[in-house]
Amino acid sequence: MTVFTPSSARDVLDAIQWAVSEETPLEVIGHGSKRGIGQPTQTGHALDLSKLAGITLYEPEELVLSARAGTPLAEIEAALAARNQELAFEPMNYGPLLGGAAGRGTIGGLLSANLAGPRRIRAGAARDHVLGVHAVSGRGETFKSGGRVVKNVTGYDLSKGLAGSWGTLAVTTDVTFKVLPAAETETSLVLTGLDDGQASAAMAGAMGSSGEVSGAAHLPEGVAGRFIDGALKGGARTVLRVEGFGPSVAYRIDLLNRLLKPFGTAETLDEPASRRLWREIRDCHPFADGSSAPVWRVSMAPSEGHLMVDAFRRAAGANAYYDWQGGLIWLRMEADPEAETLRGAIAHFGGGHATLVRAPLAVRAATPVFQPQPAPLAALSARLKEQFDPKGILNPGRMAFA
Amino acid sequence: MSGPIMPKANAATLKKRADIVADMRIIVPGEGVVDAENAMRAFESDGLTAYRQLPLVVVLPETTAQVARILKYCHQRDIRVVPRGSGTSLSGGALPLEDAVLLVMSRFNRVLDIDYANRAVVAQPGVTNLGITHAVEQEGFYYAPDPSSQIACSIGGNVAENSGGVHCLKYGLTANNVLGIEMVLMNGDVIRLGGKHLDAEGYDLLGLMTGSEGLLGVVTEVTVRILQKPETARALLIGFPSSEEAGHCVAEIIGAGIIPGGMEMMDGPAIRAAEDFVHAGYPLDVEALLIVELDGPGAEVDHLIGRVEAIARSNGATTSRASTSDEERAVFWAGRKAAFPAVGRISPDYYCMDGTIPRKELPRVLAGMRALSEKYGLRVANVFHAGDGNLHPLILYDANRPGELENAEAFGADILRLCVEVGGVLTGEHGVGVEKRDLMPEMFTEDDLNQQIRVKCAFDPNHLLNPGKVFPQLHRCAELGRMHIHRGQVPFPELERF
Repeated sequence: MTVFTPSSARDVLDAIQWAVSEETPLEVIGHGSKRGIGQPTQTGHALDLSKLAGITLYEPEELVLSARAGTPLAEIEAALAARNQELAFEPMNYGPLLGGAAGRGTIGGLLSANLAGPRRIRAGAARDHVLGVHAVSGRGETFKSGGRVVKNVTGYDLSKGLAGSWGTLAVTTDVTFKVLPAAETETSLVLTGLDDGQASAAMAGAMGSSGEVSGAAHLPEGVAGRFIDGALKGGARTVLRVEGFGPSVAYRIDLLNRLLKPFGTAETLDEPASRRLWREIRDCHPFADGSSAPVWRVSMAPSEGHLMVDAFRRAAGANAYYDWQGGLIWLRMEADPEAETLRGAIAHFGGGHATLVRAPLAVRAATPVFQPQPAPLAALSARLKEQFDPKGILNPGRMAFA
Repeated sequence: MSGPIMPKANAATLKKRADIVADMRIIVPGEGVVDAENAMRAFESDGLTAYRQLPLVVVLPETTAQVARILKYCHQRDIRVVPRGSGTSLSGGALPLEDAVLLVMSRFNRVLDIDYANRAVVAQPGVTNLGITHAVEQEGFYYAPDPSSQIACSIGGNVAENSGGVHCLKYGLTANNVLGIEMVLMNGDVIRLGGKHLDAEGYDLLGLMTGSEGLLGVVTEVTVRILQKPETARALLIGFPSSEEAGHCVAEIIGAGIIPGGMEMMDGPAIRAAEDFVHAGYPLDVEALLIVELDGPGAEVDHLIGRVEAIARSNGATTSRASTSDEERAVFWAGRKAAFPAVGRISPDYYCMDGTIPRKELPRVLAGMRALSEKYGLRVANVFHAGDGNLHPLILYDANRPGELENAEAFGADILRLCVEVGGVLTGEHGVGVEKRDLMPEMFTEDDLNQQIRVKCAFDPNHLLNPGKVFPQLHRCAELGRMHIHRGQVPFPELERF
């Protein structure tokens, strides 16, 4: 096994052209922090992009940042924080959940996994903030797409096409993201003792108000106590985050307090506690328990999430908590993944998708990690893979159809 | 005028026209097939009226099943298809072809589902952009992207063009506000992407579809995100002696962490034309005018109005007024919203460009435009989405003077080259269509374009859907699929071979 560690886009091109000429597959990795996600693949060689690093452009007034694909996300977040800016989509960190260190991961990996966080419901995911890419396809050809400006409809948006492709279409060498001002401050409201259905209604009401809520999560009783050192013990907690300028946050907290009266009296979490709680919600902290018990990440219509979980739990043992107003469900299984049962329940409650983000290798090998697609969609996905990577050089088999 | 060179008509298709029309009538019974020349005239161009062409036949289906049958029929017989929404494209995206079925989606005009709990609306693609807001405004909701044609343009067309509007910087483009679609591929396959849940289950095909200008598939249903209307909105009208100072003010507002709902700039000629037309009370002794709109909770808006005023003063603003009522805010906007017709009053014709530039390059681009204006002997007025860098130069010309349209087009192409040169792009929101098709190589290499066409090959390998748009040349998919492998120059000779 050879590990290529290119330090330039040219080196990446050379490595891929070599792999094409040898018809030998490459595993594409950055820091490897999400390496455990996907179907296990058989690759003879690896393309390690961690040396292709460095911020190449950052213009705060223009709200734009470009970096080599292997640039550590931590470095980018630090550079942005120094200017009171951030990646508004709040990319989650999979490290702890998957048994690795926190704070690892590259900007290229972030795009390949289309990361997002609690603010997804308001600000979108990586796909919504990527402005442009330079990449090398599995054909061994360089191409670029997009640019450095927000408003751009010139040609197909291949940058979005690469978001969430898990390295199976092309290897990005440079990425450009839109960046935004970080909120001046934040406060969270915490409601206690709601069941999942009541919480769903409370979150929907808050999200549909002019309170501009930027995070809406429900932590059922069995899970709530595992956040912020047990400070939320003693019943289910429903958490709503408000961010912005000081006077605005105070005003909206007041508005939401009045709106949520029917659901009980809400407590407030101050800025430091709120920041910590939302980071833990983002990174799936309660299930980052050092085990390899199966963990699902499920995306559904927010109002259907708790109905699905209730039905699923009648068939399988699982712990759950909700983000995204109830539309993102983290499920930790007590034993087997129960993939078919889970996906059946999701389909029954209006559809969505489930990704098995954590499971032992043998389990992942035997379970469709990504949501299986209807035949015409799977065929289209396979044709897209074929157009980018006809010899199956890049992470072949990581996504079932690709 | 000569018009763009379109793909050569397929003689076999033209010969079979009568059969095709008859077959279309079987698939879409009733009034849904239009083949009389005088009736087809209504469809011969879109918002880019300089280009006209009668289609082979106009078909107005009503169901997804009909769309699937039409496309499958055409796919099997190698017949081209041009999809059309409301026909408001400013780049010729819906320009018919002589040998193509024009598939008009206007009868898909129903809102199917309003779901406040999930803040989503499911609509057929022919529903207008504003129609979605109308369906939900009694509950205080709206659909955020607001292209200036929103009263007429369809939500399906918005998906095809990834339409923007003046509120993009804060609220995003169509791509950021569409949750899901149902679409039909050229081979007749019906595919659903997304829904009321977030993110794709596999590749982000929704991201690829949005802004694909009708070349990949025909959208038959759209699910969009709706938002609660901001509680209040106030606008500032700020005048500057130069566009440089206005530009610095914009940069400093954003640098201070403030993202206005809208931020528009007009240059001297645009200010004067607008003021003469609508009497909005714009100052006439300034060379740049900024409209900064702040929206959100009342407490926030009042707080930020004060901060933006201070930033404006420190950047040399000579006039500044804050709206104190919605009526006054509407007056501030009236001139900007009427800028195009206002320019239309001072010139027989105008040509609207749509480049985007990094904001800081505005002074350089405006100076370059002044030089080009002299070179071509044509006047230009500028309106600028200052928040997102999208520039709309309006080139004033007279089509009745021989050669002046061609001159205006050459001027426009030079402006777009200038946009690309400073790190910008050819089109921010109007699309490539046929209008900017031949300028694509200014921005993309052949490899870049080929990879885009390969996406097209995955969706429509025979190039039957909307050919002649976006790409200067559509290479055959079989040709693009060939791999060029140079075994003689292997870059890693030290590695073992196996």
